[in-house]
Amino acid sequence: MAGGPQGSGIDSAASIFARACGYGGLYIYGKREYHSNIKGLHSYFHMRISSREVSANVNDVNLLAAFDAETVVRHINEVVPGGAIIVDKDKLDTKALEIPSLDPEFRERLREHLEKTGLEDSLNALLEEARKAGVHVIPVPYLELMNQIAKQAGMELSKVTRTINVLTVGISFGLLNYDESLVEKAVRATFSDKPEVAEMNVVALREAYNYAKKSFPEGIGYKLEKNGMGENRLFLQGHQAVALGKVLGGCRVQTYYPITPAQDESEFLETHEILRTGTDGEEGSVVVIQTEDELAAITWAIGAALTGARAATSTSGPGFSLMVEGLGWAGNNEVPIVITYYQRGAPSTGLPTRHGQDDLRFAIHASHGDFPRIVLASGDIRECFYDAAKAFNYAERYQVPVIHLTDKALANSSQTYAFFDTAQYSIQRGSILGETDLQGEEYKRFRFTESGVSPRVFLGTKNGVSWLTGNEHNEFGHRSEDSVNRTQMVEKRMKKLETIDKEIPVEEKVNFFGNENAENMIVSWGSPKGAILEALGRLTQEGFNLGFIQARMIHPLPEDYLAEKLRRAERIIDVEMNYLGQFGGVLREKTGIPTDFHILKYNGRPMTTTEVYNALKSVLSGQAPKRQVLNYGA
Amino acid sequence: MALKPSDYRTDFFVDWCPGCGNYGILTALRMALAELGLEPHRVVLVSGIGQSGKPAEFMNVYGVHTLHGRVLPFAEGIKTANPGLELIVEGGDGDGLGIGAGHFVNAGRRNVDMTYLLHNNGVYGLTKGQASPTLRLGVKTKSLPQPNINEAVNPIALALVSGYTFAARSYAFEVNHLKEMIKQGVQHKGLAFIEILQPCPTYNDINTKEWYEGEDRLDQNGKPQPRIYQLDGIRYDPVVRDPAEEPEKMMAALVKAREWGDRIPLGVFYKNELVTTFEERIAQRIPFYLRNPPAKQKISDETGASTAKLKWLFDEFKVS
Repeated sequence: MAGGPQGSGIDSAASIFARACGYGGLYIYGKREYHSNIKGLHSYFHMRISSREVSANVNDVNLLAAFDAETVVRHINEVVPGGAIIVDKDKLDTKALEIPSLDPEFRERLREHLEKTGLEDSLNALLEEARKAGVHVIPVPYLELMNQIAKQAGMELSKVTRTINVLTVGISFGLLNYDESLVEKAVRATFSDKPEVAEMNVVALREAYNYAKKSFPEGIGYKLEKNGMGENRLFLQGHQAVALGKVLGGCRVQTYYPITPAQDESEFLETHEILRTGTDGEEGSVVVIQTEDELAAITWAIGAALTGARAATSTSGPGFSLMVEGLGWAGNNEVPIVITYYQRGAPSTGLPTRHGQDDLRFAIHASHGDFPRIVLASGDIRECFYDAAKAFNYAERYQVPVIHLTDKALANSSQTYAFFDTAQYSIQRGSILGETDLQGEEYKRFRFTESGVSPRVFLGTKNGVSWLTGNEHNEFGHRSEDSVNRTQMVEKRMKKLETIDKEIPVEEKVNFFGNENAENMIVSWGSPKGAILEALGRLTQEGFNLGFIQARMIHPLPEDYLAEKLRRAERIIDVEMNYLGQFGGVLREKTGIPTDFHILKYNGRPMTTTEVYNALKSVLSGQAPKRQVLNYGA
Repeated sequence: MALKPSDYRTDFFVDWCPGCGNYGILTALRMALAELGLEPHRVVLVSGIGQSGKPAEFMNVYGVHTLHGRVLPFAEGIKTANPGLELIVEGGDGDGLGIGAGHFVNAGRRNVDMTYLLHNNGVYGLTKGQASPTLRLGVKTKSLPQPNINEAVNPIALALVSGYTFAARSYAFEVNHLKEMIKQGVQHKGLAFIEILQPCPTYNDINTKEWYEGEDRLDQNGKPQPRIYQLDGIRYDPVVRDPAEEPEKMMAALVKAREWGDRIPLGVFYKNELVTTFEERIAQRIPFYLRNPPAKQKISDETGASTAKLKWLFDEFKVS
């Protein structure tokens, strides 16, 4: 774990660390935590390194690299015996209670702890307590190192102070005795567009690495070794995977209004707006539009979709609240648009930079009036990629808005994967009529059909002049309040839910893990997947009989399939990140089967494997209450 | 064969009140499109909510009847995805300047090449006559319980300061003048704004046809003295031909936009084609944009495989 004030280079440190591990064939999972703040408040990166793919964190911290005193104060209790804390030597006298950026609630808990234990209020005292518990404390004279770097690189000290992040990386890898050349490669790659900065940081890295080796020759008990690798691997965040998925899926217009944590995806697309396409002279681009608000973001995307461009918008809860009227219009006019919805915690502005899964019900029900929509939920970064691409196929084949739910945990977590396989995706556009198809008969945009899907024309198509309206309408798209037409038109639209249910294979809608006939069945959706899977593996090894159903298409829910699976289970355990157990509720509504246990969390921090494992184990051992609420995470 | 105004008619029943200014606007629009020779399938009429939003289905062109206040972003989305289409945007004063005011202002910053017709009758007709954002302070039209408590927005001035590059005003019952304004708006390169003064015979008993046409103030010969007059008839040149002229022409237009009451100017207040359109700005970044815009790009090959290659993007994240 690496922590420091926002703006001090935590992200670059994490990136260098992860790349260096990646070059050595190691897999990484990491998540970023930050405040709704630009500079100064505490942020950290919590990362796990493994010789195989990992997709969740654990509670234990083995190595804490603190850029500042606050990081030590906040995370010291997470470091396990045998672990280590890298700390600025000059900060040891800091009085913890006087750190100005601590939240009042945290400060109060700290004060109580100091009073209870009788510890003196200083970093040194806290560290001494940790040391007694078996934690290595590694004081580093950052300022001294920086002075040397400034001298070596021939730069002013003020510039060199920005290398603090790389210093901690260097110290960390030095303590872990990892191959220094891989770290150097990672530094150069991270600063590839700024050679001068890269050079300074390489100097800093070497200085720190050598300092660690020299000053702590015995290391800290952990070593990091290279792993074999026979494939191309990438290391990316969830929002980047979504952007790549959109590119694969043929997205040509993306609209957005800046909102955390969705905006990074749109910025990535804009940076890569000119695409690389096939060799036969094709051209491709994603036009990214920053609109004045989310009302405009969704309606702009709808307008683009009407012309035949694959169009999407990206937002989080407060933005989606504004998009709801547009969503209804798209539903009523059967417009294929994709809304990528990064959930964050709490209502209103809530926890702008923290995680939650509070918005499932909202995504399913948003807008007045009945109309069909599809709600997809990705469980990990790889699924973010494929689902983002698939969402366009679903939207166009069924002419419905597709809401692709992801969340803050996925948006800002990163993970190592083998290169994604793009060959398993193909573009399916559904029923579209062109100029020559339209000769003769009068075109009805909303023709009543068996499947509920009416062949579509793009605006501008010759012979296809037709009308769209937010009002209820007849087959031509003209306003109609006729009672018979109203019944037929609602039924035509809603029929699409049955068609979707029938046509999309269940393997695309649900993932199944573990024992299919298990008496204990976990149900969940979205980002808890990684933590659940790992806990499932451990518990299965311990002899528990356990299965896990991860829903990816939550609306329309493959209810018959799920009912059949759930009927066999004796205990159904709902795991999700909201207060109500929203998915459990949906499941009960659709299948009639109640969940027996809830494992919930809503403190703004994603579930870890450790806490999911513990909670599941207490259920399986018959010792858990019906409802457990998890709390880990600073 | 040349196009006729009747080629733009639909069979759909036109359900406006007798005497409504909307009839004149609909007629003028059909005439303008016919004279411009715009084939119906190339035109998209995007409209807002209210009586002014209904032309989208009275016209035999692609009609998109949108949401209250959101007509501009819908239209901008259509036009920027397929710049080959001719976009006519139509909405009311409440739609554009009340619930849609944010979009009204921001559309000016972009200058998408479209024509925006704003029906200005001072009231919300479909909900039975509440004050719209253009009704003046203290005015009590007949269905208001109390005199209007808000100041009015000045549509032309707001358009000018927001960046619209063409601003004109016409009057619903001067059909030929309105037709000319629409034609000029369509031919203008950039976002054209046309405010259309429009009596509402049902709810606005203050700014009536008689009031605009001065039937309440007769000269010695008993001839009405219209309040509306044409900028064409005075020494007034709205066209910016050199960037250096811009501040002066803009100020002159703002001064004209403030005239109201006894003298209400009609005509082109301001026209500036030196400003780049939004489409041109996109084309500066994506060189093939105008030739091969989003709506026209081939996104898959015969096998359904995406035309977009991903390896170069994967390589950015490569850690092996």
